[in-house]
This record gives sequence, C-alpha cells and structure tokens, in this order.
Amino acid sequence: MQLKNTQYAEVNTQTNKTDNDNKLSIKSKLTMATCALLQASAPAAQAETGEWDIDTAFLYYSEDARISVFEPVISAEKEIDDDEFVKFKLVYDALTGSTPYGAAPSSVEQTITNPSGNSTYSVAPGELPLNSSFRDTRVAFSGDWTIPLDRLKRITVGANLSTEYDFNSIGASANYAQDSSDRNQTYSVGLGISSDTWDPVGGKNTEFAYMIDPDGSTPQPKGGTDTKSNFDVMFGLTQVINRSTIMQFNLGHSTSSGYLTDPYRYISIIGTDGLPLSGVDLVNAGGADAFPYVYEKRPDSRARNTFFWRTAHHFTEDVVNVSYRYFTDDWGIDSHTLDFRYRFELGGGHYLQPHLRYYTQSEADFYTNSLTVAEANNVEFASADYRLRELVTTTLGLKYGVGIGKNSEFTVRAELMNQTYTVTDPNLDANNLELAPDLDAVIVQFGYNFFW
Amino acid sequence: MFRILLITSLLSLSACASVQPWEKDLLAKPSMALVADENEIFLDEHIYFSKEASTGGQGVGGGGCGCN
Repeated sequence: MQLKNTQYAEVNTQTNKTDNDNKLSIKSKLTMATCALLQASAPAAQAETGEWDIDTAFLYYSEDARISVFEPVISAEKEIDDDEFVKFKLVYDALTGSTPYGAAPSSVEQTITNPSGNSTYSVAPGELPLNSSFRDTRVAFSGDWTIPLDRLKRITVGANLSTEYDFNSIGASANYAQDSSDRNQTYSVGLGISSDTWDPVGGKNTEFAYMIDPDGSTPQPKGGTDTKSNFDVMFGLTQVINRSTIMQFNLGHSTSSGYLTDPYRYISIIGTDGLPLSGVDLVNAGGADAFPYVYEKRPDSRARNTFFWRTAHHFTEDVVNVSYRYFTDDWGIDSHTLDFRYRFELGGGHYLQPHLRYYTQSEADFYTNSLTVAEANNVEFASADYRLRELVTTTLGLKYGVGIGKNSEFTVRAELMNQTYTVTDPNLDANNLELAPDLDAVIVQFGYNFFW
Repeated sequence: MFRILLITSLLSLSACASVQPWEKDLLAKPSMALVADENEIFLDEHIYFSKEASTGGQGVGGGGCGCN
C-alpha cells in the first residue's frame, strides 16, 4: 500500500479528456461527476470490475565502474467488488559489481579481506578501495487488500516479505482513509511494522574487531545472525485546492531498533604517519594477523521524522508534479529532497516528461572517514559508510510515454545520477588523496501497463 | 523546521476553493494522479534508499532490503 493510499481525494473518473472539456454537455459532466463519486481508488487507467490492471517495469541501473542492477517489477490490481481491491507486487533484483565498504584511499598499496573471510584483494595507491565480490539477488512480494467501510471510508491492509542470500524481511501495514463529504479532502493514518533478519556470510563481524588476514592462524571474531524491527506511523491529508490543483501533506514517524550495524562494513585505522597502521603498532592494537581496519558499530536504535508535500497542477494541457521532503533523525542526519516532473503533452497520446531530483543531507554524528587506534578504542559508535556522509545527489532525466490502443501504455525513461560528497579527514588530509570521488550512474526504465 | 513547514502548509490550505464534483474533470485525469506511475516511484525509492541515509515520507509498509 506504500503509495496508493496517498491518492484518494482526487476522485478519479476514467475518462480521457481534451481541451474540449469546457464544451462538454451538462449531461456529460454529470456522468463524469457520477463516475468520480463512485470511483474511490486510483488505478492509472480504466480497468473494469473483474479485469486485472497489470503494471510492469524493468529497471537497469548502472554505476560508473561499480554496481549494476537489473530489476523487473510486476504488479497486478483488481477490483473484486464495488470499491474493494486486491493488489499484488513481485520484484526481483540482481546486483553485481564493486562497491566501497569503508576503507579509505591510501598513498600505499592496501590488502583487504573479502567479506567471505576466505581471501584477500589488493588496492593500488591512491585508489578508492572497492570490494569487487559484491553479488546479490533479492525477491520481494507484497499484497494489499482495500476494503470499503462505507461511501467515504476505507481500510487497506497489506503484507510484504523479501528474501536475499543474507537478509530477510517480513512486514505488515494497515491504512485508514476517510474522505470529507464533498470529497475535497482525504484524511489518512497508516501503521507499518516489519522485522528483518541478518544472516551474514560466515556470521556477522564483531563490532570494532580488527580485520584478520585469512592466511594467518588467528580466526576472525564472528557472531551469528541478528535482527532488527521497524515501526512506522504516518498521518496524511490530501486536499483539492482548486479545479486544476491537488495537494498532499504527510507527517511520518519511524523507529528502528536492534542490529542496525552493517555486518560487512569497516573503517581504516591510520597511524601517526598518515598511513594505514602497520608493524608493531598494528600487532599491538589488533594482534599478529590483523589488517589495519576495524568493523563498524552503529547505535541500536534510530528515530526518524519526515514531512512530505506534493502538488500536482494541470495547465491547459500539461501537468506539473512537484514534491519536497524534509527528513530528520536522531543520528544527526537532516535531509532535503526536491522532486520535479513536468509532463508535456505532445498530442495523440504521446508525452515527454523531464525529471529533476535534488537531494542534500548532513552527515551522521558517528560518521568518520578513518580512525586512529586511540579513537577506535574510545568512540562508542563509528561508521565509514559513504551513505552517512554529507552528500548531494542530483538526478536529471527524461521520460517518453505513449498510449497503445485504448487501454495500454508504454513508457521509457533515461536518467543520469551524480552523487558528490564532502569529506574531511584530519588523519589523511596531509596525503593529498582524493578521499571521495563522485559517483555517477545511469538509470534506464521500461514500463508497460495493460488490462487482462 | 517542522513548525515552519506545518505553518506554511496550513497557510497554503487557506487558499482552497470549494470544488464541485462536476468540476473535477481535470483532477480525474490519470496524468493528474499524485503518483501517476507507481512503479517509477517505487523503483526510485529503492534506488535512493540504497544510496542515501533518508527514507520514507510517501507511505508506510513496503519490503525491507539489506542494501541499507
């Protein structure tokens, strides 16, 4: 139900209209209004009772010299009775490639143990260390059931589960929505719970333990599986502003507790010479077989708050859809997300839709690019995960859509994403290294919607 | 920050006109749905969930992921 419950106040007729709207007869307008009043949900087009509304998409996401993702999605929705809907979604992810796990660049060659703990890889001087053995597949399934309580009220209950090699998640949600009598407002409240289980390859790494050389005789300290739980609550208001504008506000609060650390990520330990710790200092700190990295540790709870605003406005032909999200949490992260889509109607069912997304976040309180031995012994929490840095993401894209026949639509979009980071590191600043090179990615998505 | 956003939101709602059912032809167009392409938003949320520290805002529920 993640997105659907936000769409109700905009009573939906399933009529295709042109700029001849103003010339429609009173009878036609009344017919449309009647349809609008009877139709509580918001499928993208005009499925009739008993028909499945099938929505398919295929995503290709590729980072420059890093991760590639193939992700097909299929969702199917059906009105099984008046205003009563069921919806199912199946998602498959396949990820391959290289990704940074927290080690900092260095002016000397580095040797790092793979996440499996069985082998090592080398990183050239000046290069950002990337773990090249990253490979994962994920399958996720969700189902929602929307039940009308009366003409203006409905409840949607949902369940979801996802599984990947080392991570499983199961969750449930419920959403209550109520329209005002004139259907110009919809109020909603939603609850979600989920439980996640980590079963890392070889067991989770012990927090702040030194990475061990697999060719040595010392075993890597490992734990077993671990869990975390999440709880979400959200209050929503959707408001018709005028004949061509609709607005939405959401206030959300989420809490997570349990094992919130990433079981594979680590942090470089830097010596007084500005190089990865070595020699007797490393032996004294981590033992005879230690590499100069310690595994990260995050707090075991996190509380997040979000404010979300979205507006859609209809011009003579075109539609603009703009949204803003403010996010803040007790890890010290504040973020702002601006999203802008403008749909140019080209006529004949064709449209072009430019997309701009701008995102900026502050760094987590416990983010660090590296640690000294003393810091590693004294800090309570630390992570070098690049996603906890101060960063800016900018995405620019273009989508093309065309209606095919009466009841189907084909879309394709291509986007470029760039992520830049602001990182300072007093342990390494003297080395004149590029600590955080930009991340560039390409996003391509094909979509096809039809009735069956 | 939240207080400023809430006050601004309430002020913006004060500009609402009363829209009658027969005036909702434009609002009823599929292109005017707040989420006109659910899969596109779903996939975007998945991408940015795995690349940024923020998540949520648009709804509750949804599948978990070990990617973040």
